Amino acid sequence: MTAALSIDNLRVTYQGAHGPHVAVQDFSWAVEAGQIACLLGPSGCGKTTVLRTIAGFEPLSTGSIRLGDVVLSSPQIHLPPERRRVGMMFQEYALFPHLTAAQNVAFGLRRLAAADITTRVAEMLTLVGLPDAGRRYPHELSGGQQQRVALARAMAPSPALLLLDEPFSNLDSATRERLSVEVRDILHRAGQTAVLVTHNQAEAHTMADVIRVL
Amino acid sequence: MPPRLHAVGGIWRLATLVIALGVLMPVGSLAWMALDGDFAHWAHLAQHVLPQAALDTALLLAGVGAVVLVMGTGCAWLVTAYSFPGRGVLHWALLLPLAMPTYIVAFAYLDLLHPIGPVQGAVRWMLGFDSPRQFRLPDLRSMGGAIFVLGFVLYPYVYLAARAMFMTQPAHLLEAARTLGESRWGAFRRVALPMARPALAVGLSLALLETLNDIGASEFLGVNTLTVAIYTTWITRSDLAGAAQIACTMMLFVIALVALERHGRRHRQFGSVQRMRAVAPHRLRGIKAWGATAAATAPVVLGFGAPAAYLLSETLKRFHQGYVPSAGLWSSLGNTVSLALGVTCFAVASGLIVAWACRRIGSRPNTYHWQARMASLGYAIPGTVLAIGMLTPALFIDAQLADSLGLPGLPLMGAGAVLAGACVIRFLAMPIGGIEAGLARIPAPLEQAARLLGETATGTLRRVHLPLLRPAITVGALLVFVDTMKELPATLLLRPANFDTLATWLYAEAARGTYEEGAIAALLIVLAGLLPVVVLARTQLGSATAEAANPLENLS
Repeated sequence: MTAALSIDNLRVTYQGAHGPHVAVQDFSWAVEAGQIACLLGPSGCGKTTVLRTIAGFEPLSTGSIRLGDVVLSSPQIHLPPERRRVGMMFQEYALFPHLTAAQNVAFGLRRLAAADITTRVAEMLTLVGLPDAGRRYPHELSGGQQQRVALARAMAPSPALLLLDEPFSNLDSATRERLSVEVRDILHRAGQTAVLVTHNQAEAHTMADVIRVL
Repeated sequence: MPPRLHAVGGIWRLATLVIALGVLMPVGSLAWMALDGDFAHWAHLAQHVLPQAALDTALLLAGVGAVVLVMGTGCAWLVTAYSFPGRGVLHWALLLPLAMPTYIVAFAYLDLLHPIGPVQGAVRWMLGFDSPRQFRLPDLRSMGGAIFVLGFVLYPYVYLAARAMFMTQPAHLLEAARTLGESRWGAFRRVALPMARPALAVGLSLALLETLNDIGASEFLGVNTLTVAIYTTWITRSDLAGAAQIACTMMLFVIALVALERHGRRHRQFGSVQRMRAVAPHRLRGIKAWGATAAATAPVVLGFGAPAAYLLSETLKRFHQGYVPSAGLWSSLGNTVSLALGVTCFAVASGLIVAWACRRIGSRPNTYHWQARMASLGYAIPGTVLAIGMLTPALFIDAQLADSLGLPGLPLMGAGAVLAGACVIRFLAMPIGGIEAGLARIPAPLEQAARLLGETATGTLRRVHLPLLRPAITVGALLVFVDTMKELPATLLLRPANFDTLATWLYAEAARGTYEEGAIAALLIVLAGLLPVVVLARTQLGSATAEAANPLENLS
């Protein structure tokens, strides 16, 4: 197996009120293609910072992040988020409230022809089990449905890597258990390489092929 | 039917109904006057006055609308999404043109950009010309000039609405757009802008209502809008029915703008649905950073800096020449302050009555809530329209009073009570809105506890709510006071004989083309106008200074 994602000696700092604060120190990791990898750790340990640095929202101080052969981030290089081929499912889902579920899923597909967009949106909504929810707005969907639409949207542009930031933290425990199994199956069926961040051990063990404790 | 807990007793409800009907009375009277007039007027107006005035008004609204939208939204996005030199100051300084009444900016620019004024003189000197006959800039007295002046003064309405909206848009929505392949510009265009559209509609409609209300700038700059047509039809041609008929036409524009505003307010929830980590500004460097500084500074300089500097320098020049303010100017200042104080007291008291009587009690909405909405409609009625609508009822009441009490002349008009009433109607929305917002922030159990402890509704208001509402009442009072100081159209039409405020004093100076004491009157109005801007900057934009101090906060 080839390493899809390689992180070498990652260090992330930011300017706090009392000087520079180190959020992540000397972190190295490799995730293989098609794997669901999990970063497990308590709140405040820096796992979301790692995810946001992979996505390109935070600059790193030292080290490097590669996706296949492409350097995403290093002290000299910072590829903008839209050119990384990295999708992300946010903790709060981040569904655009002014767009329907189908329009949300179609958001990242604008380079495709109109007919291809329609096909891909239907395919993704079917994949997440919501083939008839396309016309509904986010506020008309339940928490679990919003989560599935967010997953469909993140996967629709076929990203090389999918990041999932505490994807089940806003759900009740029964829904969380059911959805974590469903999401794992969807990701495996699509052969999607994914990095999951969570503080929940049970969720990590249900979802992940490999776990890294931070 | 089970007995219900009422918010207030019968006297409060009656007072609220009277206030609400009082606000609508001028509109009813206007319609009656227009219909009562000779229908030959309609044909004359429709042929000779309305087409040009309506076209000029529509063009002015379209031009000002485009300028305020582009400038207000652009500046709001710039200071929200980017970090550049001067951003911390510009974020509140962009509100400064709000302190400037439109007629003062027009007054200042007419002198500044006069063919033999300082700006054109400097341009000719740089280009090597000697006389205005050889080179002059396009005349400010034109539709373009009016759009420029009104646009640069009124854009803060859109800026404020857009900035407040962008500040509350959660960063993760824009980040989601970036992970889906959009650039910063694309994320703005496809996510931030559509989500802010309802707020932009509210800001735009308020700016356009101000444009419709304007009389000074349009008249100084030679644009014959419907407002100017109403004024000249009444004052120059003494044709009240004709003025009322034009005012009715103008109400169509008002209704369209109020509908736009209401639509915007109904769909405003996008910004607050998912209030979370705010957008962290992206640091610009080099030429891009200085370009952003220049772009955000230009509206402040053109809408506030240049005219304020002109007024200050003209005032200082006169004092250096040993100038002593005339008795007329002192008396105008006294009139302005006493009128503004009277209007403030009445407006705040009325606002408190309406807001308290129409407040939500328990889990049910108050069935009298519509009265508060009705009483708040005055802000949309242009000053000239309001003045025409108030005239007939006021003259009728004055005649009755004079007859029954044996008083000479017009007791209410002569005492300025009609003018004060018009200002209360026009500015009542501010204390009502402020106090309603203040009441909404007071937890319901406080009132329930007071009532369970044996206090009446009025006693609860006095002992619990009034002390807690003090900040909201103060802000409402300040806004009414300053807006009354600045008010021009209704004051021009309803003031008693030989009664000048600073605004009408300035108007008379500008109309005569003399600028002797106009700059001093204008400077006093602008200084007073700065007070609510400071309040707005603190209340509406206050949290912006703390935003993104720690960009990684709330993560992990």
